Amino acid sequence: MTLARRLADAVTPARRTLEWQIATVKAFAPETARARTFTLELPKWRPHRAGQHYDVRLTAADGYQAQRSYSIASEPERVGEIDLTVELIPDGEVSSYMHGVLEPGDRIEVRGPIGGYFVWQASQPEPLGLVAGGSGVVPLMAMLRHRAAAAGRQPARLLYSSRTVDDVIYGAGLARLHAARDGAEVFQTLTRGAPEGWAGFTRRIDAQMLREVFAPLGSDVRIFVCGPTLLVESVADALVAMGVPAERIKTERFGPTGS
Amino acid sequence: MSEPRFVSRGFVGRRDTEVGPDRADRVPPGQYVTRDFPVLSAGPTPRTRLEDWTFTVEGLVREPMTWTWDRFQALPRRSWTVDISCVTKWTKLDTIWEGVSVDTLLEHVELDPRAGYLTAFSYGGYTTNLPLPDVVDGQAFVADTYDGKPLAPEHGGPARLVVPHLYFWKSAKWVKGLRLMESDRPGFWESLGYHIRGDPWKEERYSGD
Repeated sequence: MTLARRLADAVTPARRTLEWQIATVKAFAPETARARTFTLELPKWRPHRAGQHYDVRLTAADGYQAQRSYSIASEPERVGEIDLTVELIPDGEVSSYMHGVLEPGDRIEVRGPIGGYFVWQASQPEPLGLVAGGSGVVPLMAMLRHRAAAAGRQPARLLYSSRTVDDVIYGAGLARLHAARDGAEVFQTLTRGAPEGWAGFTRRIDAQMLREVFAPLGSDVRIFVCGPTLLVESVADALVAMGVPAERIKTERFGPTGS
Repeated sequence: MSEPRFVSRGFVGRRDTEVGPDRADRVPPGQYVTRDFPVLSAGPTPRTRLEDWTFTVEGLVREPMTWTWDRFQALPRRSWTVDISCVTKWTKLDTIWEGVSVDTLLEHVELDPRAGYLTAFSYGGYTTNLPLPDVVDGQAFVADTYDGKPLAPEHGGPARLVVPHLYFWKSAKWVKGLRLMESDRPGFWESLGYHIRGDPWKEERYSGD
């Protein structure tokens, strides 16, 4: 390879064409009544960055196609396969297929990884703050799993808002990450009632909660916020009001649709 | 497009029956119709007070031109009813906007003949690049009103660029000005793997598409 070619490759990594590939569904597992994680084996796997997504494309026999984007839930250290966690949306054209039709052994067309901004790498030394609402936890879980797999030692805190305890995605996995005591801590809040003995918060995320969870991470914190628009808007506004510089707050919003 | 077609076992598709056959040809490939107006942006929503707001046309022009909010409001206005498509796969039909045509803004400056491209830049630091021919002849406008109401901050208010025939990331929210340039320089998303032009009918989603 010539030097010029090598330099061109080095400065233009994003220029590579994203090709569709046919993945095989290896397994799926329920997370909640509405969220399911699909493990896909990829013939042309390449490492993603935590926070990125894949596009899924379904094709009917007559050529009709539908596409959606789904965040990667797994860490890039897992070679050859990815996990996508998909929430069933009422009338969702793609999510209803994935929940109702797709089975292990089926093949499904995907391309990725996609997205170069809402990403985090364990080599970033600054403290990591994560705020999730609902299925917005998916790309943030990839970050926590990546941090654990890469033995990242920067402090990391996740604040995760769900409606009820039955809506909590990755409940067991989050408990394990928290229990590992390697500098990652998980804080949860339930907005529509909590079971007896619930130790977490029981209200919508507000400025006081954000201060309580994230002030200990100091002023150098890098924050990722992912969830429904209203949550992301109010959290990002409150963080800016707290004095976190806007360029250290990265957001990903799930609109009211997004099936 | 040329490879043998893969078929997803058991997939029929919704085909946006609510859209109706007369409008199905208005939905670009790979898109679905939404009635909501999803919000997507990369960071906190910038808040600009109207008394602090300005809009500037600069770069390869003889004299840059800056409007305050009041001066901008005094420009000739019109309304547009357009379909918009986001690269995240949603398409919204018949959105109604009011604002000022980019043609009107460019009438106030003398373009350098070398100007072939522009960068739209925004409060909050967002940028996106466009070929000049994509924003003239009534194709693009700076909107301050959506659906008869002042444009909400999360949708880009006080004012956003709207270039309806390209994916919606080209329609810069919180727009602060246009910089005319000789060459095409990738903006924010274009530097992060998204397509340099972004035509939804050609599915120009990502670099290399």
